Amino acid sequence: MIGRNQIADRHIGSLLEDYPFLSSFFRENGLDFEGRDDSTLNQMFGEFDEEEQEERAIDPDLLMKQTAEFINQMLAFLNEDNEVHSLTILPGTDKSGEKEGFDSLVIRKSEVISIVGPTGSGKSRLLGDIEWVAQADTPTARSILINGDVPDSTWRFSTSKKLVAQLSQNMNFVMDLNVREFIELHAESRLVENPGEVVERIITEANKLAGESFSEETPITSLSGGQSRALMIADTAILSRSPIILIDEIENAGIDRKRALNLLLSEEKIVLMATHDPILALMAHRRIVIKNGGIAKVIETTEEERTILSTLEELDRTVLAYRTRLRAGEILIKG
Amino acid sequence: MNLVTISGPPSSGKTSVILKTIEALTRRGLKVGVVKFDCLYTDDDVLYEKAGIPVKKGLSGAMCPDHYFISNVEEVTQWGIKEGFDLLISESAGLCNRCSPYIKEIKAVCVIDNLSGVNTPKKIGPMLKSADIVVITKGDIVSQAEREVFASRVNLVNPSAVIMNINGLTGQGSFELSTLLHDEKNSVDTLVGRELRFTMPSALCSYCLGETRIGESYQMGNVRKINLENRQ
Repeated sequence: MIGRNQIADRHIGSLLEDYPFLSSFFRENGLDFEGRDDSTLNQMFGEFDEEEQEERAIDPDLLMKQTAEFINQMLAFLNEDNEVHSLTILPGTDKSGEKEGFDSLVIRKSEVISIVGPTGSGKSRLLGDIEWVAQADTPTARSILINGDVPDSTWRFSTSKKLVAQLSQNMNFVMDLNVREFIELHAESRLVENPGEVVERIITEANKLAGESFSEETPITSLSGGQSRALMIADTAILSRSPIILIDEIENAGIDRKRALNLLLSEEKIVLMATHDPILALMAHRRIVIKNGGIAKVIETTEEERTILSTLEELDRTVLAYRTRLRAGEILIKG
Repeated sequence: MNLVTISGPPSSGKTSVILKTIEALTRRGLKVGVVKFDCLYTDDDVLYEKAGIPVKKGLSGAMCPDHYFISNVEEVTQWGIKEGFDLLISESAGLCNRCSPYIKEIKAVCVIDNLSGVNTPKKIGPMLKSADIVVITKGDIVSQAEREVFASRVNLVNPSAVIMNINGLTGQGSFELSTLLHDEKNSVDTLVGRELRFTMPSALCSYCLGETRIGESYQMGNVRKINLENRQ
């Protein structure tokens, strides 16, 4: 751990050399640090007189403390072995206080689990329990283990170390950026070393998923629904550090869903998918059935269900083909 | 009684977050009250009443809401103690970015939403930078990437805070927040003698006292002028 005393009298230049991520810290905090390599941190923070401190709402003491904290967080983020090989859910109780219908559910990376059940049955709470790495201390009294062990509490409180990334139908892009700028911004916040390469890869993968292709110059807010979802999935698969991806439905339009799942799995993610769509539910290796706030059962997808899945996929392709032809202005004929 | 101050820009979702969080606190058997500070108008008190939560509201009117808040915080604390609350939540809208409502050693929560844009964290002063907990709302409608970028920007301006995502509609995350708000050890009897974490925005000029006319000869007291010179 680096304490404030270890950095207070160091020169800005040498600090930036050791901790390049400090430049964004200084910038976001409105500090004029360019060309000041030979000042110490103490000098830079100390040069505001009382009026200026008030004026710019700067508290040098707090700033020094937070600089040290930020350095420690980023060092931990860069060195950490965050690898999650498995996630274990230990049962709690449903809303009536009955024990949940399973003994222990171990989910390994590159596995897809679907979550089915009526709206309001407790899907959000299950996700909440995972995200908060519940230790029998949430309303369901479930416990979550990571790699078979009780995880440390940094999973709860760290900003850069989040267990779950979410993709949902209601999500939109709101930033005024084009595709490349957007991914670059995300890459920067993840301290990625080779942003150029990553941007390339994400755009390529997203275009493989999207029905209609888009370029890196396209503003993200003008992407179609399918393109947006494709970009969100590719970006989350490749750039998000979260080992678990929760998907809340993927609408069956303008995106290759099977390919999307495969991309997430090839990035060694654990995929949880809340869905009402039989195709998605059966694509999973197993499915969790939620009732009355609890997990009622865990079902392994059977061989017979897999044949049903093939039939459903065939139907799906037929529907999509009709859709494409209608959009192209054709008149449909039987057979 | 514990006191928690919750602040955030208007419409960031403070009331929704508080309502959901109180549900979780009440389930633990805690008695919670709310004081809502606002400027000209609020009907949030009706929402609290509907949920069966004891509430008082204070409208600052023509005064700086921050100054109004701090001038009344001891009185409302005494009200809360008299009512026998385990926890009193003071909710106030941070109407300007220089807002600084937090008190030393009193838990401070800032609520800010994903839709406000990635450059917002650096624009907000002590209300965000000196908070103990930062709650980010409206994450259900923006992309995962934007959520991650926004949270990392918040972390840049306040690395000390615990940053949490809460969905004010479903309440996802509010249970987790509720576990961080109440602690026997943080009990207060009075705030007299306590200090603000950072000075409040100051103003004492002729307009504070009701002046309406425009022009230099009507401007007295604490007056500051915009710099229109080209910077070299």
